[in-house]
Amino acid sequence: MRLTAQGLKCVRGGRDIFSGLDFAVPAGQALAVTGINGAGKSSLLRLIAGLLPAAGGAITLEGSEAELTLAEQAHYLGHRDALKPSLTVLENLDFWREFLGGEAIDGTAVLETVGLGHAIQLPAAFLSAGQRRRLSIARLVAVNRPVWLLDEPTSALDTAGQAMAAALMGAHLRSGGIILAATHGPLGIPAQDLRIGGEA
Amino acid sequence: MIALATLVRRDIGVALRAGGGAMIGVLFFVSVVVVMPFAIGPDLALLKRIGPAILWLGAMLASLLTLDRLFTADQEDGSLDLIVMSRTPLELSCAAKALAHWLAAGVPLIVATPLIGILLNLDATATFAVALTLLVGTPALTFTGMIGAALAVTLRRGGLLLAVVVLPLSIPVLIFGVAASNAAVEGTMPFGTPFSILCALSLVSLVVGPFAAAASLRQGLD
Repeated sequence: MRLTAQGLKCVRGGRDIFSGLDFAVPAGQALAVTGINGAGKSSLLRLIAGLLPAAGGAITLEGSEAELTLAEQAHYLGHRDALKPSLTVLENLDFWREFLGGEAIDGTAVLETVGLGHAIQLPAAFLSAGQRRRLSIARLVAVNRPVWLLDEPTSALDTAGQAMAAALMGAHLRSGGIILAATHGPLGIPAQDLRIGGEA
Repeated sequence: MIALATLVRRDIGVALRAGGGAMIGVLFFVSVVVVMPFAIGPDLALLKRIGPAILWLGAMLASLLTLDRLFTADQEDGSLDLIVMSRTPLELSCAAKALAHWLAAGVPLIVATPLIGILLNLDATATFAVALTLLVGTPALTFTGMIGAALAVTLRRGGLLLAVVVLPLSIPVLIFGVAASNAAVEGTMPFGTPFSILCALSLVSLVVGPFAAAASLRQGLD
């Protein structure tokens, strides 16, 4: 499996964000997308996820299930957590697991992994920013997708949370997955660096 | 199928819990109908004649009031991104969301109809007729309203736009809904004619609504 982008171009609000962007990520490797604020890191991830139209260029995922689009094989962890405040932590996770077609696993075990084992029955409205992030990360573990598109995955996480995220990302890479992460800090996993936009 | 059932269950759950807003529609519906006799006065014959129209107007405005949040809530918290990316076709997800909305916000209106029909001096036959036309007609309101909700999703204050876009589409439903109710009450024309057209409008909207909504959601991605 190999994710390749050729000559990617992104235009937002009439302004060229980036153009002529090429990269290739083989299975089992991670790509850290860095750049100054507004360089287009989030736009690049949304573009790969099919949530923004590309103004030019092509993205292909070779050696994957042919009937599925790239978006259907990808997890997208954005700035917004996709949680319903009135549902409990477990209900939120179970909803995404069932909706995204994850296997029938025990959500409680996954929540233990991300350090939310004590808050299973708590409505998501009462979670802190870091806990919301942990719950979003639990979705990545509960449903199997080869490509992970992570937009600042470690933001709001404490030191233990960052270590937990790094361990999960490492496990995903070892099982042959691909990770693209927009980040400002270290991810805690070996990754190639893709810098977009100018120098700060 | 599991995915769609899950989506329907979640949306109903969210709508019925605190802050969900499903009950807002019923409260609005009941308030409009309750104040109407006070405004019109104690003319029982007049109330009986315009009763079905008042109930239909109330139901239509109540559905507009709650449709506003159909996609906006999911857009704001990022759920819509994941729904668009998922392996479930977006058209089916839209249909599931509309179905959930109708079950949580539309059915309570129909249930409330017999209770407030009394205030409008409607007898059992008339109340039953209005409830039946609402049962058949409110899905059409939800599924056409969904198109407006999808168009308004990227706008910060989309509620008014929703009303402007959806009202013209809802007018045929209103005309035939009220016509069928009046036919049952007054008996001057056969009930079946307007009622069949109302059924047809509902069926068309069930087919067209999800496709139009999905297309406008894809267009509005940002």
